[in-house]
Amino acid sequence: MLDEALQSELQKRGIFVTSLDEIYNWGRKNSLWPLQFGLACCAIEMIAAAAARFDMARFGAEVFRPSPRQADLMIIAGTVTKKMAPLVVRLFNQMPEPKYVIAMGACAISGGPFKEGYNVLKGIDRYIPVDVAIPGCPPRPEALLEGLIKLQEKIAGQRLIGPGRARHADAGDAADYPVPEYGAHDLVPPFNPEVFAPDPPRRAGA
Amino acid sequence: MSDVVEAIRRAIPGAEVERIENPGPSGQHSLLLGHGTARAVAEFLRDGQGWDFCSNVSGVDWPARKVKETLVRKDVVDGVEKEVKETVEREEPGYLEAVYHLYSVAGKSGPLVLRMRTPDRAGAAAVPSLTPVWKSAEFQEREAFDLFGIRFDGHPDLRRILMWEGFEDFPMRKDYVAPDDCEYEPTPHDAVLERVNARKEPA
Repeated sequence: MLDEALQSELQKRGIFVTSLDEIYNWGRKNSLWPLQFGLACCAIEMIAAAAARFDMARFGAEVFRPSPRQADLMIIAGTVTKKMAPLVVRLFNQMPEPKYVIAMGACAISGGPFKEGYNVLKGIDRYIPVDVAIPGCPPRPEALLEGLIKLQEKIAGQRLIGPGRARHADAGDAADYPVPEYGAHDLVPPFNPEVFAPDPPRRAGA
Repeated sequence: MSDVVEAIRRAIPGAEVERIENPGPSGQHSLLLGHGTARAVAEFLRDGQGWDFCSNVSGVDWPARKVKETLVRKDVVDGVEKEVKETVEREEPGYLEAVYHLYSVAGKSGPLVLRMRTPDRAGAAAVPSLTPVWKSAEFQEREAFDLFGIRFDGHPDLRRILMWEGFEDFPMRKDYVAPDDCEYEPTPHDAVLERVNARKEPA
């Protein structure tokens, strides 16, 4: 990476020096196109964040696309039921890389108040990788904007080459995530072990 | 309420209607309908009594339970006649129940509560559908079918409505066991702790 002091000194003299990583990430972090879908009440807050008062356009994420083929950000806004989960995973698979996921609200993160219910997925991170989780029930639009800024910071810090590079820059890692199937009692499989490793349950005295 | 029962019996001879008291402060009594005449009674209530709106259909699961009864009988003990108390335990079979809440928009009154019971809780548990009488019952009967497993004979489109096709359980029944796919809270206690301790070690 560039020496920041040198970069700043050069800038003062009218010379802008940057790296390819930096300018590429700067471009894409400021034009995230979210997929236009909402699952429950969090979607109302997402709509409010996109509308005039909170105005997500200030952060370059106002172009909600109704097609996954044109979107690069999936905002899971609301309760993911087990009946809906395979469709959400399929939509995520249909999005082109680079793609990111924000889990918005308690339900999308863990199932929230419905965690011990029979038809709510206990967190979308069981099937797809989540980049930013925004707690709240529902989170206010400011919280969604904060989550978006956090995601932008994450994108700005991604490397394009070398070890630990971004998923889309790693040809071996970009793949479809298995879509769960409806089983007799639950989704099959109940989670994708490649993205989700549950904590072993704690026992009394452990 | 009792005049409704009388009106039904006058209009439909042989109608199987039983009044069920609610001893609570609400005093919201209900009518238990027999399967054979339920449809005719419902049509009479709609057309003859003005109950034009079926507000909701609920399911209730009554599992089999043990009832203790104390019987007092006279017995001769040591040549003296005495009253002997005897406790008898018997098992009351479980059943499923569909509850309909009717309102009268024209008469500005309600609710009138109807109940129908299945003979048992097995897979064949069925009651007659009232969707042909009140169209608004269609989705709600499907929901009761989905979550309780009550079959509604005569329903035009009896499919699961919330859970997916191929799901086998009835989640709102008392004996439903949810799949154990939950990471429990960091400090489990009471019922949750029991479930955590009962859980198998991951291989």
